[in-house]
Amino acid sequence: MTMSTSRKVIFYVILILSALLLAGPMILAFVLSLMTNQDILTGNIPTALTVDNYIRAFERSPLLSYLINSLLVSIVIMLGQLLLSSLAAYAFVFLEFKGRDILFYIFIATLMVPFEVSVIPNFHLIRDLGWIDSYAGLTIPFFATAFGTFLLRQNFKQIPKELREASQIAGIGDVKYYLTVVLPVAKSSLVTFGIYGFLSTWNMYLWPLLATTNDKVRTVQIGLKQLQTQEQVNEWGVIMAGAVIVIIPTLILLFFGQKKLQKGLTEGALK
Amino acid sequence: MRMTNSTTNNTSNTHLLEIEQVKKKIRMNNFYKGMLFLLPSIMLFSVFLFYPLFRTIYLSFFLTKASGDTTIFVGLENYVNMFASPLFLKSMKSTFLFVFYTVPTTILISLFLAVIANEKLKGIGFFRTIFSSTMGVSVAAASVLWLYLFNPTVGLFNQILDIFGFEAIGWLTDPKWALLSVSATTIWMNIGFTFLILLSGLQSIDSSLYESADIEGAGYFYKLRRITIPMLSPTLFFVITVTIINAFQSFGQIDILTQGGPVNETNLLVYSIYREAFVNYRFGSASAQAIVLFVLILFMTYLQFKLGERKVHYQ
Repeated sequence: MTMSTSRKVIFYVILILSALLLAGPMILAFVLSLMTNQDILTGNIPTALTVDNYIRAFERSPLLSYLINSLLVSIVIMLGQLLLSSLAAYAFVFLEFKGRDILFYIFIATLMVPFEVSVIPNFHLIRDLGWIDSYAGLTIPFFATAFGTFLLRQNFKQIPKELREASQIAGIGDVKYYLTVVLPVAKSSLVTFGIYGFLSTWNMYLWPLLATTNDKVRTVQIGLKQLQTQEQVNEWGVIMAGAVIVIIPTLILLFFGQKKLQKGLTEGALK
Repeated sequence: MRMTNSTTNNTSNTHLLEIEQVKKKIRMNNFYKGMLFLLPSIMLFSVFLFYPLFRTIYLSFFLTKASGDTTIFVGLENYVNMFASPLFLKSMKSTFLFVFYTVPTTILISLFLAVIANEKLKGIGFFRTIFSSTMGVSVAAASVLWLYLFNPTVGLFNQILDIFGFEAIGWLTDPKWALLSVSATTIWMNIGFTFLILLSGLQSIDSSLYESADIEGAGYFYKLRRITIPMLSPTLFFVITVTIINAFQSFGQIDILTQGGPVNETNLLVYSIYREAFVNYRFGSASAQAIVLFVLILFMTYLQFKLGERKVHYQ
């Protein structure tokens, strides 16, 4: 089935227009971040391009330490989620025991409690534990995830049962089987869920806003909000430079992981 | 004869008994192992999800100190006051309006993008990446980008209006426009994810359906209406419920764009909870509002399971 040339042209025109409209705000932010304030305020076509805004963004706020905090928090949550959900998925697929179904329903039930509903007691809990302004408070509450467990369970189920039986006869225990067979086989799913976990943690907003009160562990999303509120109206270049810095890591991750993510998310979401 | 018979019976009985015991032992063993594998998740769920949920319900029946400790049991008073409060009712109205503004538009735009990105054309992968890109943009970054677009003097929208000789609009400060502006930002943010899921749905439609339609000489829009949309219905249903749930949970864009203003026009439910709890320190009534959010989302999830199951058809 090939398309006629004229139809192809129509499709390309629509595709290009849509892409420009959708990416418009991002392209604009990038252009603004390279413009001088003079040009932004007068609404001119840029007369000169400069990286001054980026330098100023790093000078005026501890942007670098925010970035490192976000990176640390995201990686720790990602690893925690991978560990806990792969362990749980293993139990749901390879171990048969009484009460497993009830536990499975408990995991499903967690999907119905959005974080916003439990945010008040969670805040008090973290405060009473002395975890405000700590990496522990920012990461540990998010380690357990039903979504990740279901996604990996779906993948583990595709490993033939006979393989486990054979390994049992060979005297291989569950921990060894989990480490040496299941995890390597499910590598692709683990990467997909890892990307997803990193993306959603990097972009988290409400919890870091509540759980941090100083610059020590504050993440870059809250840093961006601060940059925006402290800058005067006429400093849009600096604010946009901050926004571009916040977006770039996740965009890069998305560009490389888009195909994997698409496959993984639909499997986890629809089955 | 009789003797021998009963002996064999006896031995097989003991065998059976032994096998039962071994099986039981394995099952107990598996139980301990299962618990070991599940314990980390269960513990964290208990501490950071189930306990806080019940604590929220508990708090909603009390007045509290600024520290969060309960003072007086007031029964359902928080709920009664809440539903009598014009501020809360306005927040509910704004929340539902927001859902109404964002969900259909997000789905329609994403569906359009998914359909045009599902064509087998050279370089289509590039467009797919662009269309899904807003998924990588955080709520804080997206809000800051749109804050510029909405800026009354240097913002792009008012500059365009100016070129065509229209009067400037206070996108975020005019009560008529604020909720619409916040909605536009949200739609843009949500397109990436919705697009990606819908595209996967389209790609899983059996291509032989289109081939037989082609043989019968069906046109592009006929196929779209008769094959694509019906076959996509389970995926569509899924993204609609997810988008509604997301809309109910919106917070970051409000915090950065409007802080709930002007005149509480954009004071959506989660922002209202946040303000009641962490600005006014009234944790009891904030918890009552959180329970409303819980019920709303529970209802949506129930619909998802109930209707979704019936509608989904896998090949």
